[in-house]
Amino acid sequence: MVKPLPVIDPGTAPYWQALAECRLILKSCRDCGQPHFYPREACPSCYSDNLEWKEAKGEAQVYSFTICHRPAGPAFADDVPYVVAIVQLDEGPRMMTRIDDDVRAVKIGCRVKVKFHDAGDGVVLPYFNLVSE
Amino acid sequence: MVKYEAVIAGVADEPLRDGKVVIPGSPLQVQARCAKRALAEAELTLKDVDGLFTAGMWGIPGVGQLSTVTLSEYLNIRPVVHDGTNIGGSAFVSHVAHAAHAIEEGLCEVALVTYGSTQRSEMSRNLAGRPANLTMQFETPWGLPTPVGGYALAAQRHMYEHGTMREQLAEIAVSARGWASLNPAATRRDKLTIEDVLKAPQISSPLGLLDCCLVTDGGGAIVLTRRQQASGGRKPVFIRGHGEAATHWTVAAMPDLARLTAAEMSSKRAFEIASVKHDDIDVVEVYDSFTITTLMTLEAIGFAERGRGGEFVSNGRIAPGGAFPLNTNGGGLSYAHPGMYGIFLLIEAVRQLRGEVEPERQVKNAKIALVHGTGGTLSSGSTCILSVG
Repeated sequence: MVKPLPVIDPGTAPYWQALAECRLILKSCRDCGQPHFYPREACPSCYSDNLEWKEAKGEAQVYSFTICHRPAGPAFADDVPYVVAIVQLDEGPRMMTRIDDDVRAVKIGCRVKVKFHDAGDGVVLPYFNLVSE
Repeated sequence: MVKYEAVIAGVADEPLRDGKVVIPGSPLQVQARCAKRALAEAELTLKDVDGLFTAGMWGIPGVGQLSTVTLSEYLNIRPVVHDGTNIGGSAFVSHVAHAAHAIEEGLCEVALVTYGSTQRSEMSRNLAGRPANLTMQFETPWGLPTPVGGYALAAQRHMYEHGTMREQLAEIAVSARGWASLNPAATRRDKLTIEDVLKAPQISSPLGLLDCCLVTDGGGAIVLTRRQQASGGRKPVFIRGHGEAATHWTVAAMPDLARLTAAEMSSKRAFEIASVKHDDIDVVEVYDSFTITTLMTLEAIGFAERGRGGEFVSNGRIAPGGAFPLNTNGGGLSYAHPGMYGIFLLIEAVRQLRGEVEPERQVKNAKIALVHGTGGTLSSGSTCILSVG
């Protein structure tokens, strides 16, 4: 079974396009300076629409995680057990991701780095990997 | 000054056996049966209904998208107040409050709130998640099992920040089972121990199978009307205060995973409007989709100190005979959980306030109840404070 791929829309196309080029970009507010994720039309901090895309370093820290022993449907059955995490990017925003490592090694607070994962159909997903300290 | 005083005058739920409706039926049939019984309690009939409040997961995509429209057609009633507010399983707590407002303002006289699901009979429940469009394009592709995975992420963070233990979460499931064992209508009544919960298969760490609510059918209805019109021998139940809030649906957008912000907001407002204090509350019914939901809700509402929910629920405090009667029907963990559970919190609170439940689980002199629903993935909160007299 095929895993669900993002249904890309005009508001998110630049984000997915950048990933396809192995770049992680965030929308950022020119007025208050805050970056945010996922990309929105108005800044979630100050509600300005004076926004721009900025490159992120792709470095983050594990904010929380879960080891999935029951897959999210048959498409994920072969991956069990796998880690879905929320990571906090060094730029500030949090995003959901997969950490493709030994599931027992993942802990809250671990440093992680983006790993561009070809999901097929031209879509690249920003997985993260543990960084050895 | 409001024009009329609104009261809950009738409640009903659908009998289940092994988690399935005893009499097979579609979600529309189940809602019609419950509606008729709840109206009968209030000595009213379907033709009296002029306000309809419902949310559901039936008929989607399709007729369920216009749920009050389809349901009014099916019942052949012509409500002049429609409210299909859907903020998740908490929606019904909001429906009751919205219905009370509509009655107080004279917009309708008899409000019907309903829910129905036959997900267990149909085997239609799955963990596969939501279409990966709009906001979910940033969640669904990761394969987080829904909704359990989001609650697991919150539980993991709560454990990290506050030292909450799996044993403490397990105690919530054990306490719910204790109440269910006293409730003949509950789905799971066999004995449960903390060890059973800890040894159950892991679903999405740190949550195991017995940290999760049941998957059952279910139906319920609540009738509100003007106090003057509430006849019959049953005590009318008043809506003293309400609040609702929502913060996110994609879990990564939750403001703080160790803190239930929506419940903090909704309960604060409900307490302010009701002008009551925590110590005034006799019965508490909160949404327990997962053990962690209960724990975070108790902290958010302020019954437990922030971060100390684990200690709060320990040593049988929320179990039958404990100092803090909670989820006295067995909750979503052991009574029933038909996809959306909120209406059953209200039905149980009303029955407790009327003094109608089995003596073993009746809270003595119950005068004021707090009902709190959680919807989505710790997304929305809706709080009602109810009272008799």
